[in-house]
Formats: sequence, C-alpha cells, structure tokens
Amino acid sequence: MEMTGLQIQLEAFLQALTAGVLVGGLYGLMCVGLAMIFGIMRVINFAQGDFMMLGMYVTYYFFILLGAHWLAGGVLAPYVSVLLAVPVMYVVGYLTHRFLISRVTGRRGAALDGEGHYAQLVLTLGIALILQNGGMMVFGPQLVSLRTPLSSSAWEIGPLWGDYVSVFANKGRAVAALISVAAIVLLGALITRSRLGKALRASADNPVAASYMGIDVNRSYRIAFALGTAVTALAGGLLATNFPFHPFVGLEYVIIMYAGVVLGGIGSILGAFWGGMVIGLVQQLSALVLPMQLQNAAIFVFFLLIVMLRPQGLFGRVSERT
Amino acid sequence: MKRLPTSLTMLLVAALYLGAALLVNNAYHQLIFTLVLVWACFGLSWNMLSGYTGLVSFGHAAFFGLGAYAAVLGQVYLGLSPWVMLPLAGVIGAIAGVLVGLPTFRLRGHYFALAMLAYPLALLYVFEWLGLQEMTFPMQRENPGLYMQFADRHYYTVIGLVMLLVFVQITLYVERTRFGMALIAIKQNEAAAEAAGIDTLRWKLRAIALSGAIAGATGAFYAVVLLVVTPVSVFGMLVSAQALTVSMFGGVGSVWGPIIGAAILVPLGEILHAELGATYPGIQGVILGVAIIAVILMAPEGVFWKLRDGWHRRKAAAVASATAAIPAAAAGATIPAGPAGAAGQAHGQGAAPAEAPLGSAAANQPTPLPRSPSPAANDIILDVQSVSRSFGGLKAVQNVSFSVRRGMILGIIGPNGAGKTTLFNLLNGFLRPDTGKVIVNGVDMAGRKPHVLCAAGVGRTFQVMRPFMRLTVAQNVKVGAYVRASDEARAEALTAQAIARVGLSDCANKVAALLTTRELRLMELARAVAGQPELLLLDETLAGLGHGEVDDIVDAIRALSAEGITVVIIEHTMQTMVRLVDEFLVLDHGQVLTRGDPQAITQDPQVVQAYLGKKWSAQHAA
Repeated sequence: MEMTGLQIQLEAFLQALTAGVLVGGLYGLMCVGLAMIFGIMRVINFAQGDFMMLGMYVTYYFFILLGAHWLAGGVLAPYVSVLLAVPVMYVVGYLTHRFLISRVTGRRGAALDGEGHYAQLVLTLGIALILQNGGMMVFGPQLVSLRTPLSSSAWEIGPLWGDYVSVFANKGRAVAALISVAAIVLLGALITRSRLGKALRASADNPVAASYMGIDVNRSYRIAFALGTAVTALAGGLLATNFPFHPFVGLEYVIIMYAGVVLGGIGSILGAFWGGMVIGLVQQLSALVLPMQLQNAAIFVFFLLIVMLRPQGLFGRVSERT
Repeated sequence: MKRLPTSLTMLLVAALYLGAALLVNNAYHQLIFTLVLVWACFGLSWNMLSGYTGLVSFGHAAFFGLGAYAAVLGQVYLGLSPWVMLPLAGVIGAIAGVLVGLPTFRLRGHYFALAMLAYPLALLYVFEWLGLQEMTFPMQRENPGLYMQFADRHYYTVIGLVMLLVFVQITLYVERTRFGMALIAIKQNEAAAEAAGIDTLRWKLRAIALSGAIAGATGAFYAVVLLVVTPVSVFGMLVSAQALTVSMFGGVGSVWGPIIGAAILVPLGEILHAELGATYPGIQGVILGVAIIAVILMAPEGVFWKLRDGWHRRKAAAVASATAAIPAAAAGATIPAGPAGAAGQAHGQGAAPAEAPLGSAAANQPTPLPRSPSPAANDIILDVQSVSRSFGGLKAVQNVSFSVRRGMILGIIGPNGAGKTTLFNLLNGFLRPDTGKVIVNGVDMAGRKPHVLCAAGVGRTFQVMRPFMRLTVAQNVKVGAYVRASDEARAEALTAQAIARVGLSDCANKVAALLTTRELRLMELARAVAGQPELLLLDETLAGLGHGEVDDIVDAIRALSAEGITVVIIEHTMQTMVRLVDEFLVLDHGQVLTRGDPQAITQDPQVVQAYLGKKWSAQHAA
C-alpha cells in the first residue's frame, strides 16, 4: 500500500513538530539566559548573541583540546567541553559586568536619567561589534562545527499509522534538549530555593527596597549577568554540537532570544523558556509553508506581531502606568 | 564676541572640506571623503528620529537599504537614472517610515528599539530570498553623467556635500520650529507633551517620515558610489549600528553631532581597514566598538556636547558670572533660547488686563477670600456620566457621575487608592473609560486622546511633576502654548502671558532643573494655562510644599479662577482645600461617596471619621 497524501502531510507535520520541540528546548535555554539579564536587570544586552558565539568557540577549543575520540568514542567529548566552557563564560560575564556594564546601569545609570538607557544599548552594541569582529580576527571567518556521532543519527518513533508515518528525532538535538531542560530545572531550583536566588529576585523586584534589607544589589546584578552569560553559553555549546557556526552567528540568534523573552513575559524565567519553545516551533513549522530562506524572516515577523499585540507577553500581565 | 549663525559656519566648513577633497587624487582617499558625507547624512537621519524624540532606532538600515535597492533596481529594470531615483528613494524611505512608525510607535523604550531591529533583518532575508544577492549598476558608456557615473570621483564628493547641506538645513529648520519643540518635549516626557496638547503620534510620524526620507536618499547615493548592492551591505546590523555610532559619538540631538562623529570615525575605520585589513580582517568593527564604548564611558553625551560644555565652563569662569553656566547643555537641547525668553521678560503687551500682580496683596490674606459663586449656576462645563474603569479585577473607578459648573472650584478628596488620579486620567484621555461619558461643553469626549482634550479646553497638571527638565521655564510653557498658537509669535505671547499669570516672570529663563518645588508647580500650572484651558485639572498641586509656598500656589489658583477658569483639584491637605474650593466631591473605593460644600463635608461625621481622622473631628467639633 502506498502512503496517502494525508499520511505524507501528517508525517511532515509531525517531523516539523518534533524538530520544533527539540530546537525549541535549546532556544528556551538561550532565552532563559537572556531573561536573567534583560528580565531581572532590564538591561538590553545586544551582545548576548555574541557571548553565545564566544561560548560556542570556547566549547570548540575545549573539544579540540580533549581530542575528538576522547572518552566513549567521542560521544561524550562535546558535552564535557560544553560543561567546561560554562564556568569560563561565567567569569567572562562577571568581568564584563564588573568593568563595563555596571558603569551604565544601577545607581550610576539612574544618574544618567533618560540617557542611561541609551548608554546601555550603545555599550552592549560596542561589545557586540568587538566580539563579532574580534572573533573573526581570532577564529577566522570560516564555518566551524563540532562533530559528534550523535548529531548524524536519529531515533525513529513509529511507524505510527499502519506501516507509515515515522518521526525521526535527531539524537544530538534530543540530548541537547534534555540537557537544556535539566539545566533549567537546576536554575529554577537555584532561584526559588537558595538564598542567592532570593537576593536576585529581590534585587529585580525593587532594588532600593532590597538594598535597605541589606542585599548587595550590585553584587546581585553582577551574579545575574554572569549566570545569564553562562546559561547562554551553555545553550550555545549545545547548539554548536548540532549546527555549524561562525563569528557572526550571534546576530542570527539575538532576535530569537528577545522574541522568546518578550513572548514569555519580561521578568519571567520560566516564561522565557516557553517563549523560546514557541519560537522554535514557529521556526520549524513555518518551513512547512514557507521557503527555507524565509524561516528567519518568519521569526522576525512573528516577533513584531508579539511586541505589537501583546507586549506584556503571553504569560505576563499589563503594568502600564501614566 | 558674536557667534556665527550655524548655517554660515556650516557653509564655511563645507567649502574647506571640498577644497581638501579636491586636493586628494588617490582613489581610495577620495572614496573616504565621500563616505564621510554618506555616513554623516545617515547619522542626521537617525538623529532626526532618535536624537530628538529619544526613541532609539536600531532599524534605520531598513530605510537605507530600501533606498539603495530602489536605486539599483530602478536602473536595472526601469532604466531610471539615479538622478531620478535619489529623490524617489527619499519618497520610498518616507513611506516606509510611516508604515513602520504606525504600528511601532505604540511601543516605548526597550520595546521600540527591539522592534526596530527586526525590520531590516526581516528585509535582509526577503531580499536574499528574492534572489537579489548582488546587484550591480549597469555601466553606461554613453552619457555616463546622466546616470551619475563619473570618471572623476570628485563629483561624488560634491553631490554628497550638497545632500548633507540640504539635510543640515532641514534639521536646522526642524530645530527652530514647533516641530523640534514637539520632538524634544516628547523625548523629555511624552505624557506631559500629550497633555500639553501635542499630538505625539502625528509628530513622531512626521519625524520618522523625514528621517526615512533622508535615509532612503542616502542609501541610494551610497549604492551609486559603491556600484554594488548586497543585502548585508545595506540591511545589515552594521549599517544600523553605523548611524547610531556616528551620532552617539558626535553627540545626539544636535546637527553637528553626526557630522563630527562621521568625520572622525569613518576615516579612522577605513584607514585601519586599508592598512591592517588584510592581516586583521574585522579590525574596523573592533575599532568602532572600542570607540563607542570609550565614548559612552567617558563622554556619554558625545564629543560635541562635551566640547561645548567645556567651552561654556571656561567662558563662564573667565567672565566669572555665576549665572552664565547653564548646565542644560548635557542633553539634546539646542533650542533657540533667545526669543521665547526675551518675550518672557518683555511680557505685558499681549497679556490680559486681569493679570494683576498676585504676589503681595493676596499673600497677606490667609483667610478665605469671599468668592462669588459662578455667575451662571446652570452652565455645566464638564458632565461625567457613569464612568467606570477596571484594571483586571480591580475596579479603580466605578460608576462615577458628577458635573462641574463653569467657573467653580471643585475639590476631589478621598483616601489613597480611592481612584482620584485614575479619574483624572479618564477625564483627560490618558485612559479610556470602560463605560460612561465624559461630556465637555456638551460633547462626549470619553476615550479621546489627551491632546484632543487639551485642544477642547481641558488642561492638567500631574501629581508626580512632569517638567521638561532641560528646557527653560519659558520653553516649557511654550510647549503648552502651541495648542492655541498658529505661529511662533503668538506662542511666545501666550507663553509670556501664562508665566505672568502665575507670577513666575522673574525666572522665565531659568532651566527647569534648577527650580524649587514651588516654582516647578507654578511652571506646570503656567504650562497648562498657556493652552488657554476652560477647565483645569490639578492633581495634587500642593503636595510637597511648605506652608508659605502653599499660599502662593493657592493664590495663583484663585486668581486663575477669578479670571473665569474652572478648576477641579485633587488634594490631601484638607485645611487649604477648605478655603479654596466651592464644593467637595468625596471618592472612596472608586465610587462617589458624597458631594457638598466644604462646611457640610467637613461636618459630615462619616466623611470626617473616614477621611480626616477622629482627631481632626474632635478638634473641630466645636
């Protein structure tokens, strides 16, 4: 028996859905990283995508250092590299905030009045330019990829309908999505349970009140920025195990991150994850009806629609004041 | 020492620049001379929108790129010369500006910046998908000049220079007129601008249309100069960043800023690229990044303002007159300070006879003046009918009805959270009522925008003051006068009159940031009065004032009332209110509790206990 038209369409749909969920898990993690920074500190960090790119290259060099066949025939090496890159990027984020970002945010930013917000935008734009172009000088312009045996094999789910309609889940992406979810659960526990998490949330909610309660708000911001950078780098490293990348790759993802964060409702960490997930689904499902090149254009249009129609996000509340 | 007018200075600089450009014959250096002009033009485009309104755009590449593609596609497919396409690209840019602005201006701050970023990036992918990866201008062997193809590349510098001078003139014109004033008011406080009668959306749309037009024409010219257009080279992130960088570096909100920025950064980047680009690709971007970080950390206001401030300070020190140092320069306030201020002091001629000096006589009389009730007791100026507004589950204002007679002073009191400010926001259009009518002079104005209500004669002040901090008192008030003024002279007359009416004439030229709370309150009052309102909504105008200061404001309000302005005032300070208002309206939990004359309200035991406290009632029981 031949596959019917309906079955073909169903299979394509399910395949896109699966791909969307797997990619969406990664995007979700990326967005959570940004939500730590944008959501908690209200700092627009244009360099977020480029920090992710840096995380990808750090992962890549750890991978080279370890050797492709190190441990379990190379299956584990990429993931170990990712985990090694995370603390490195935490430090990068910490120092970036300490020496650059903190000078235009917080108290000092407030002194700059309306221009404080200009200053943040332009400062992070400068960092982005340095990272992108510096990246090209240091790493070279060519595409790089982290080869793992997992990214070229897949699990088959099905057949689901008679002998047909099978869905393939790429192993590399599935593992990456699982690690993402695990990381978010850990981060969620850190934020809701730990003393540090409480300090972060208090600083986000009302910095002045938090400082009256003896919380070092500047330290909270520094840690939030560092954590955000580290989480984004983790997402980047996982992404690098599945997709090739180059020094300008950050630009492709930075809008995805903001779209996810806005969609999830600014300030909500968990919302950002679901926002990223939705963006992943939109991107993959749009491929069913749109040509490949327009996949990213679809994300931008979707982002514009969200910002215009529901600036408070799908999960957020209105807080407009006059 | 007399200062040269900006346009004359500009012409001199242009002549020098052209002279230098003509001396250079190396093709690459020649190109740099032209590119400086391109990016200066593009910076002016960005400055027109983002510099003056404060709405940061990361998407100016959208207009630039559309202009560039219009030029190349026009010649390739329609055989149209860039001489035609350059202005046409401006039109396309303007249309794109309006189309982008209409939906995007609903957003503010961060959201606006982010949304703007998405437009050029989406266009980039669309143009790639359309297969327009690399478009080249076809060579014209006959009459190359008709297609802007010059063997002598000095011509490009000339065209660029002419374009820049035109854009400079446009910018200067905007700065001089109410256009620029409206944009600066929007930048400093959009809500206050709207309440002062400025149709903020309309002015922002004009700004983005003009900005888009400049960007479009500049993009087209850039394409002609480089002969090749790719999506990344005109829609890319670096293009938008370039506009913002040259403007920020040079100084936002000034015609000189983008020009200075381009003149420094473009040659620096290009020369580095030429010298080191082969060994270090991307050095240009790194230097650009370092430059803007350095500027933001060391001179966040930009090179132009930094230098100007320094110069002012030195001059001030030399003259040793304390009044000369005006710290306003830090921001984007290159407003012609002269005429408005002068008018403020030379007031008098245009002012109404009623503006008797308020100061001495009234201030010595803390006891209530016998106020005559309004002449026509049945002339209703404001009729509020069953107005309600909820925020989610919170019913902030429920079914509120009341009317205001022409000429009266109505006080609205109630505890915190009673819905007083929300009620005002409903009355002057910041909020749309869920249900009910707001009838002003017989017309239902519910849900109309604040500037429409302002034009209809409803003025307002704010609980949290919203001055335009970097403008002078006269300029602040002038913003409010535009709603009634057809030209600058009339606006200045109204300004002077309003300032005199509240008794602020002696600080008309002070920058708002230097005023005391009392002066700020009076200035806000003057700003509202400058729009010649029939009805004034005053939101806790007496808050945060000392005893004597309260009397000044009360006297000013009373004088305005005596001139026939109807006043509705929200206040906490009961004692002052008792001798100011004709009647009280008491709000509680978003509903009208009662209404009556001060005597009755202060003796209503229910009101007294709930709002004034038991102690007060005990003291005044006798």
